[in-house]
Amino acid sequence: MVQFTLPKNSQIRVGKTWPKPEGATNLRKFKIYRWDPDTGENPRLDTYFIDLDKCGPMVLDALIKIKNEIDPTLSFRRSCREGICGSCAMVIDGGNRLACIFGIDEVAGDVAIYPLPHMPVVKDLIPDLTHFYAQHASVNPYLQTKTPTPGKEWKQSIEDRKKLDGLYECILCASCSTACPSYWWNGDRYLGPAALLHAYRWIIDSRDEATGERLDELEDPFKLYRCHTIMNCTNTCPKGLNPAKAIASIKHMMVDRVV
Amino acid sequence: MRYITPRKAAAGLGAAHSGTQHHWAMTVSACALILLTPAFLMVIGTAIGLPRDALVGYFGRPYPGLVTALFVIVGMIHFIKGTRIMIEDYLQGTARKGAIIISIIFGWGVIAAAVFALAKMAFINIAI
Repeated sequence: MVQFTLPKNSQIRVGKTWPKPEGATNLRKFKIYRWDPDTGENPRLDTYFIDLDKCGPMVLDALIKIKNEIDPTLSFRRSCREGICGSCAMVIDGGNRLACIFGIDEVAGDVAIYPLPHMPVVKDLIPDLTHFYAQHASVNPYLQTKTPTPGKEWKQSIEDRKKLDGLYECILCASCSTACPSYWWNGDRYLGPAALLHAYRWIIDSRDEATGERLDELEDPFKLYRCHTIMNCTNTCPKGLNPAKAIASIKHMMVDRVV
Repeated sequence: MRYITPRKAAAGLGAAHSGTQHHWAMTVSACALILLTPAFLMVIGTAIGLPRDALVGYFGRPYPGLVTALFVIVGMIHFIKGTRIMIEDYLQGTARKGAIIISIIFGWGVIAAAVFALAKMAFINIAI
């Protein structure tokens, strides 16, 4: 449902400003979204100061430093620290990024950090991705075959394997889907760029034998055709993938079935 | 509170198995409008400033009349299908269904009025 203003209980207030570290000369201000479901209070924007001379180069390094040395109540997801797991996706400097591979020096001025947009918040920078993952599961993201499994392996030509490049690399960080206005307004029914990219990854796989069934399940005014080629997904993907192109390819295949 | 699994929520009512015809119709009408729009603008450009009798005579001729009729019909069909997309984006439930009905009535109303006006001008010419 379209919401042009935040509900009253989601409006962000000014939070606590933590003291500057003593003796630091290379300070950077971080403004971080905080919300604790246990307090029942509105979200707030806390301010932290980090000595960049004693901090790693990435935004995630700063978050970990804040959690370890300043405020242990700050909550965020992180795991691999090298852009593979997709856990630390969040809004940094107005865009959806992976904190682990986004440098502090890429931000001019204060570093503003929020959770991924238009998603329910579990706590602080942690969005609730339950529905997002369920949508991904709904496209059956695995090989489906009807032919008896060959004794050795399902063969695939080099050319067909190349078609999966730019698709299989998706790490499900949800940056694309949460950057998409169509997903904001109709995320309950629209599958979103990430799930559709994964759907296309299996539709185009030469070994998969459920192509028609997969297209049948996607042919829907909301599941697929909410995509209006806004391209926010492609602009924001931290892995440099092109979900908009994958969705357009699905639409082409849909048309090829009827025309 | 509804105790449904996330997977059931994601599946919803299942796929409608429609949408491709709508997508294709929008593509076709968009391509047609690429050709029709400049032709219609030239027709209108020629008609602007003509006295009433000359104007009626002008639109009673086959080319200006057919171009105008095609532009209005194709344009309004494109409008009806396009506004449906926008309405589905921004409204829900009964408001969504009501707005779609209104846009369809409006679109076909414009088509009927335009075709009636063009036919009247053509028949006046025939009568003359």
